[in-house]
Parts: sequence; structure tokens; C-alpha cells
Amino acid sequence: MRTVIFRFTAPYLTSLMVLFSIFVLLRGHNEPGGGFIGGLIAASAFAIYGIACGVAPVRRALYFHPMAIAATGLLVSVSAGCISILLGRRFLTGLWTFPDVLGGIGLSTPVMFDIGVYLVVVGAITSIALALEEGDD
Amino acid sequence: MGDGAHQAGFIALALPFVAALLAPALTRLLRHHAAWILALFPAAIFAIVAGFADPVLFAQPVLFGFDWIPDLSIRFAFRLDGLSFAFALLISGIGTLIVLYAGAYMAGHPHQGRFLSFIFLFMGAMLGLVLADDLITLFVYWELTSITSFLLIGFDHEREAARRGAIQALVITGGGGLLLLAGLILIRETSGLGSLSALLGAGDVLRDSDLYMPILLLVLGGAFTKSAQVPFHVWLPNAMEAPTPVSAYLHSATMVKAGVYLLLRLNPVLGHTALWETILPAFGGVTLITGALLALKQRDLKLVLAYTTMASLGLLVMLIGAGSHAAIEGAVLYLIAHSMFKGGLFMVAGSLDHGAGTRDIASLRGLAGAMPVTFAAGLLGALSMGGLPPLYGFLAKEEIYAATAGLDVRALLLTAAAVAGNALMFSAAFLVGLKPFLGRRHDGLAHAHEGAPGLWIGPLLLGLAALFAGLKPTLAHFAFANPMASAALGSPAEIHAAVEFHWGAPLALSLLTVAIGVALYLGARRVHDVLHGGFTAIGWGPDRGFDQAMRGLLRGAFLLTHRLQSGRLDYYMTTTFAVIAVALLGSMAAGGGLPVLPAFPHLFFYEWTVLAILVVGVVLVLIAKNRLTAIVSLGIQGFAIALLFILLGAPDLSFTQFMVETLSVVVLALVMTRLRLQRADHRPWREVLPDMAVALAAGSGFGLFLLKVTQTPFDNALTAFFGEYSRTIAHGRNVVNVIIVDFRGLDTMGEIAVVMTTGLAILALIRIRVGRRGEPHPDMAEAPE
Amino acid sequence: MEAALSLVVAILFSVAIYMLLSKHIIRMLLGTVLLGNGVNLLIFTAGRVPAITPPIIPDGADHLEAVTANPLPQALILTAIVISFSFFAFLLVLAYRAYQDLGTDDSDEMRVAEPEEQGLPPLGY
Repeated sequence: MRTVIFRFTAPYLTSLMVLFSIFVLLRGHNEPGGGFIGGLIAASAFAIYGIACGVAPVRRALYFHPMAIAATGLLVSVSAGCISILLGRRFLTGLWTFPDVLGGIGLSTPVMFDIGVYLVVVGAITSIALALEEGDD
Repeated sequence: MGDGAHQAGFIALALPFVAALLAPALTRLLRHHAAWILALFPAAIFAIVAGFADPVLFAQPVLFGFDWIPDLSIRFAFRLDGLSFAFALLISGIGTLIVLYAGAYMAGHPHQGRFLSFIFLFMGAMLGLVLADDLITLFVYWELTSITSFLLIGFDHEREAARRGAIQALVITGGGGLLLLAGLILIRETSGLGSLSALLGAGDVLRDSDLYMPILLLVLGGAFTKSAQVPFHVWLPNAMEAPTPVSAYLHSATMVKAGVYLLLRLNPVLGHTALWETILPAFGGVTLITGALLALKQRDLKLVLAYTTMASLGLLVMLIGAGSHAAIEGAVLYLIAHSMFKGGLFMVAGSLDHGAGTRDIASLRGLAGAMPVTFAAGLLGALSMGGLPPLYGFLAKEEIYAATAGLDVRALLLTAAAVAGNALMFSAAFLVGLKPFLGRRHDGLAHAHEGAPGLWIGPLLLGLAALFAGLKPTLAHFAFANPMASAALGSPAEIHAAVEFHWGAPLALSLLTVAIGVALYLGARRVHDVLHGGFTAIGWGPDRGFDQAMRGLLRGAFLLTHRLQSGRLDYYMTTTFAVIAVALLGSMAAGGGLPVLPAFPHLFFYEWTVLAILVVGVVLVLIAKNRLTAIVSLGIQGFAIALLFILLGAPDLSFTQFMVETLSVVVLALVMTRLRLQRADHRPWREVLPDMAVALAAGSGFGLFLLKVTQTPFDNALTAFFGEYSRTIAHGRNVVNVIIVDFRGLDTMGEIAVVMTTGLAILALIRIRVGRRGEPHPDMAEAPE
Repeated sequence: MEAALSLVVAILFSVAIYMLLSKHIIRMLLGTVLLGNGVNLLIFTAGRVPAITPPIIPDGADHLEAVTANPLPQALILTAIVISFSFFAFLLVLAYRAYQDLGTDDSDEMRVAEPEEQGLPPLGY
């Protein structure tokens, strides 16, 4: 699998896929996409990188441990739910605000929640894939 | 009666449990002197109960209680009438002496506090049992006596014999309790009455019922196990493993009398039928003779007393079943006399053990000088038990003979049994109460001495009480026997027995009894040898039968478990899926019917193609011969499903499925290279066919079920809701995503938590360095990186 | 369409269950993947296939106007796919570790928790 061409293109492919995954995540509310799908795309990107160049470079590139990323994601999701409690609404009530600066793009707790989902999926599945790629070494 | 009286009743019921709570702490504080304080509790109960004498002795029962489970019309209710009055006085009165005795007998024992606590728990259970009015309350206390007696009998739990005795008592009396529960429930169902008071006022309602026989048999099952009738008697002698105070209490006035109490209590509603008057005398008579014979076979003082207790219980049951007024009166007199002399004699046996260090009849001799007070107590007990004037036991025996004497076959049989039993018990009584004190003292008994006051106060008081009751019978009859007999008969009774000579059948029978008894006493050694040889020749008995039954139960349970929990995964799987198949197909066949056969579906060519690819992929997975084929065909069916989703208007699903399939193939390829996949399915044909049948049945079950579901009208409410509000409330146009992150956000939160957890679990599984089982792994000692 | 899908579901379940009844853990693993797919299709079909338009509200509109595919089962399945994948990965690693530890992939020979010869329980008191 570790041919020169694959090894050479893998980093670019990975970064492209990660970019694409973020795009899919953000458009998810209105078009097909969302946190789960985006997370899976990004996780596959890291898995490919790992197969091509070995696990160590991926871990270096990620900087954080994948499970730490997943934990952060869970924290983000739960915090998204808690914001509404702070504002006196029930847990997980969707809150929206449309500040003028962004030209009509809404900021909302559901989007924040979806980002959390994305991070959990990326972290957990990358962790699984990398752990298996490492195998018995 | 006012509220104050009811409160007094509840206090009396609660006091033993309070004492049980206090006993360990008090004993730790004051050591064995605590018994003198603790004895105040049962004494207080005695006083409270005695305070009810005014209404109760004049045939006015006191009722108190409150609703417990109103929906089932179960009350926590009590009734204090002549019968329960006398029993409550016996329980608390003898209980006081037992607590004092236990304080001296168990002095220095490390768990004396616990022991006294158990005694009080048992006392509370017994008191509730005899006072209970509501049938369910009665049952609760009934089982409580079984449980607390288990604790008492198994007190020396470090000895196997004690454990065995405790378990045996629990199994037999607890099992009988369940029979009783069934009987009580049947009584409630047939009569619609939930309390003894109501039943006693209802006349023939149970006797006329179609269920009379099952009710009677179930109730007798409870009473006979508790009161140790043959063949349920085995637990009674084995309960002698308990410390002597327990034996003195359980086998005189309490535990074993519970069954007799129940029979006396229900005599007015269940008695006076042919069945009652056949079963009770038969079992009672057999128990009487068996118990008395077994008693003379023993050499241990406690065992002699235990078997005579069994014989006495047989006599009581026989008398209750005899049916006449006089028989019930005789039973009541004997019951009171027995509680006193048996309690006393057990304590004497314990004191002998304590003072002389042995309970062996053959080696105990000539202790009159060393233990004079114990001798006096023992002699009084033996005289009463032997039915000699002027003690109370004499009155009881006279009344019994007056009741049984007659010329028809039944009367002759009863009389013969009574005479034989009494004669045997006569000799047993003097073996315990007289023989150890006579003759020349053995050298080994040189150190024998009188014990602390607690050891002789109880038996002496009981002996003196029996003497007093014999000399002043009118008072004793008024306070105990008359109210008891009235309650047991359901009509006023007046007993006239007194110590005076009147020529007639009873006196002749008494003389005969004493004559035989004296002869047996003098030839005790030979009698013992003959009986010992006889019972040894028989060999098997219910006691060994109990062991065999318990062992059989364990083996049976083991075999059954072994069969059901075979430890083979495919067995569990097959069972699970077979049950699922039956549930699906069976419920459809039994309920809504199978789905109608659908018309041939009209699909586009490409739809057929995708479905075909999917099926081919699935089948290829099944028949794959090597890893590569398996992985590839798994990928094929996965991608076919992804395609199917996009054809059916689910782009999100398609996308997700596609990514997941990619990752699955990658992950599988990574792991499969390290695992060997069998070239083909290695199932032999005899496994293939059943497996295939189960799989096809379950699979087609799911398919048909789905078809049936799609043929029912579709409820669109939820879908319409999401379509309506997705944009307006949640500002999202992709309805699927809005459902995931907003409408059903909580579900999603749970799901990402699951994903996260599996990630952690996998990491843990991979991090653990496993070696071959059994070999210590070199990495184990190292700290994780 | 529902009828055809029902047939496919029946096939998926049958094959999956047949593989689960095998004694080789790898076959059972493949069976669980098929079973997961079968369940997903079952849920999907139970939500009916009213149309093949994706359930996305067109730009400018406020509600789902036309008849579209049912979004509810899709939302249920989407998370189910991800969860069954992580579950599958867990089982895979578990099987792999068990194979390493016990040296067998035959479920009949994996008897650590329920050993074959378990002698009688103590029969005393």
C-alpha cells in the first residue's frame, strides 16, 4: 500500500478531505450533510493518512489524542444544551441569533451541537482506526 | 375499650423488638448482668397483657389494629381473647425466666448480646402470632417465628450440625408456612372474611364450603410441620443443637406450640367434621407413641426431653382431634402444664450440663448434694410431667383420661395411646428429673456445683408454679384454662378438675400409667438397649430422608442449570432466534393473520439492479471461501445499500453508509490479516439443516412482519409535524439533520456518548497486553506508558 | 417497492442469523454487520416509501410542500449506522483479542466464563 505516489499524495488528499468534511458539517442544516457525515469523512481522511504514512505522523499532525478530541466534542455538545438552561429555557432548547456582521448567517446552539457531534465522531473513529493500524507494534 | 388500651397492646407487641435492639449494646456495657435489666421487658409485657384480664376473662375479646393494605383489605390487626391471653402470658412469663437463665447460662460467651437479641426477636414474633387477628398478619408472624428460630438454632453456626439443624427447621417449618399461606388465602377467598374474629362469628361457612378439604389439608400442613408431627418431626430433635435456653423456650411454650395454637384457634370453624376427627387423632397418636419410644432410646438429657416434647405435641393434637368438650379441656390443661414442666426440665438439663459438664444419662449420678436447688426444681418438673398429685400435671392427666375413657373402638384406641404415651413419658420424666441426683456420685463429677442464681431461679419458679396451680386449681382454671377452653370451643367452658380422689376410670388409668412408668424407669437401661437395637435395625428415617431430599434438590438444580446454561454460545443463539421466530410467526398467525400476498412490484430497471447487487453481495458473504472474498462482498452489499438509499430519497443516509462501509472494509482488512477465517463453513450437515431452518424461520418472520406493517394504514402525524416546523421553528431546511440536532437532540447526545464509550473500550482492549492464558506476562509489572 | 424491500429484509435477516449461528467468531461478526444493515432497512421500510424526493425544504419555502421521503426513519437510521459501526469495530477488536488470548476462534472452545467440567456444588450444610 505504501507506494511512493500514495505516500506523496496522501497529505494533500487528507487536507482536502478534512476541508470538505468541515464544509459538509456546516451546510448540514440546510442541505444533505451534518456532523455525523462530516465526522466520518474526516475520520476516513486520517485513516488514509495513517495507512499511507504510518500512524506516528498522523498522531503528530493531530497534536491532540483522538479521544481528547472526542471528549471535547461531547463537552461542546453538552454545553450547547446547557446554554439554554442558563437563559432560563429547558435543556437543549435551540437558540438562534442572526448578527448583522455575518451577513445573515445564523449562529445557533444546534449548529454548536452538531460541531460537537462532528468532533466526537472524528475523535472516536480516528482513535479506533489508528489503534487498529498500529496493531501489535 | 379506649385508645389507651389499644396503645398498650401495640406497646406490648413492640417491646420485644425494642429489647432486641438494645440487647447487644447493654450486654457489651454490663456483660451478663444485662439480662437482669433485659428481663424487665418480657416482665412488662406480662404485666400489660395481665392488665387486660378484666375484659378478656369475662369473654370480651379486645380488638385493635389498623389498615395495612386497604386495597386488598389486609389489616394489621390483633385480637386478645382467652386463648391468646393465656398464650401471651406463657410466652412473656416463661420468656422472662428464659432471659434470666440465658444471662447466667451464656455468661462470658462472646456473642451473648446477639443471642439475647435473637431470643427477643423470636419472642416478638411469637407474641404477634398468638395475638394476630388478621389472617395475613398471622401468616407474617408465623413465618417470622420460622426465620427467628432459624437464627436461634443455628446460633453456633460454626458447627455443621447446628447449621444442618437450622436449615432443616427453616425448610420444614417455612415450607409448612407456605402451605398455611395457601390455606389462609383459600379461607379468605371462600368466606370473604379476612380476620379470625369474623370467621369465629361466621359459623359453618368453611365447613359447608366445597373447598373445605383443601383448606383443612393446607392448614394442617402448616400446623403439623410447626408442631413436629410425624413425619415432619425431624427438625425438633435436631434443633437441640441450639444452646439450652433456646430449647427450653422453643420447645416448651412457644415455637412448637404455634401449631397447636392454630388448631385450637381454628377448632370452632374447621373442627367437628369426620375429616378433622380422623386426621388429627391419627397423626397425633402416631406422633405420641413414636416420640415417647424415641425418647427412651436416647442417652442425652436434652434429646430425651426433645422427643418427649414431640410426644406431648402428639398427645395435644390427638386430643384436639378427639372432638369432645372434655378432650379440649384436657388439651388445654395439658398444654399449660407442659409449658411449665418442659421449660423447667430443659433448664434443669442445661444446669446439669453447666454444673457437671455432661448431659449423658448414664454418667450423671448422685448430684442431689452438689446441686440441691436444681434437684428440687427437677423433681417438681418430673412430678408434674409424670402426672403425680398434687402437681398441675396430675389435673391434666385426669382430665385427659376422663375425656378419652369409653367403650367404643375409637375411645379404646385413644385411651390406649394416651396410657402408653404417658407411661413412657413418666419414665422419661424421672430419668431427667430424678435419676441424675440419686445414687453415688461418680468420680468424674467431683467438681459438680450449683450454678449462679439465674440458672436455678427459672426452673424452680416454674416448678413452684405447677405446684401452686395444682393446689389452687380454681384460680388457675379461672385465669388460664377456662378462657382458653372457651375460646377453643367457641362456647363457655368451666373446668372442675382438682386434686381429690374419686374412684372411676381416670384414677384406674392413672394408676396403670404410673405402674407401667415405674417399671420402665427401673428397667431403663434394658429398655434403652432394646429400643436402640430396634431403631438401628430400621435404619432409614425421615431424618436421613431429609438429607437425601436436600442433596437430590441440589443435584437436580445443578443438572438443570448445566443443561440450560450449557456454556455453548450457539446453543444460546439458536434458542434466542427460535423464540424470536415463534414470537413473530406465532403472533401473526394467532393475532392479525399473515399479510396478504402483494402484487408483483413494478420497479425501474436500475432499482432491480441495485437490489440484485445487494442480494448477490449478501449471498457472497455467506459462501465466501477466503478473507478477501468475504471483505469484498461485505463491501458490495454495503455499497448497494448506500445506492439504494440514494435512490429512495435519502442522500444523508447514503453518504453515511458509504463512509461507514469504506471504514468497515479498511478496519476489517486491518484485523482480518491477523485472523484466520476458516476456508468454509465447517458445520456438519446435522447442524446446517436446523440452523438453516431457524434462520429461515426468523428471517421470513421479520420479512412477513414488515410486509404486514406496510399493509396497515400509515400514521403520518410525526412526519407531518417535522415537515411543518423544521424551517419555521428550527431554521433548518434539511429535515433529517434538524431532527438529529434539534428535535431529537437528547437522543443524539446519548448516541455520541455511546460512540465515545466504544472508542474508549476499544482503546482499552488494545492497550491491554494479553498473553496466553495462564502464563504470567512480562509486561504486567510495568507501568503503562 | 415495500414488498420488494420486505423480501430483501427477509434475505438479509436469514443470512445474518445463519451466520450468527456459526461457531466461528469471524463469521458471527460478519453476521452482525448484515444484521445491522437488515435492521436499518427494516426501519426504513416501516416508514414507507411515499416518494423518492429527499426531505429537504426548497429554498424560499417554509414547509415541506410536496410529498417527500419520510425524514423520521432517516434520522433514526443515520445515527444507527454510526453506532453499529462503532459496535462492529468493538466486536472486531474483542474477537481479535479473544483469539490472541485463547488461541481459538471457535465459540465452543471459549469456556473461560463457563468451564466445561464444573463438578457438583458442595452438598454439605
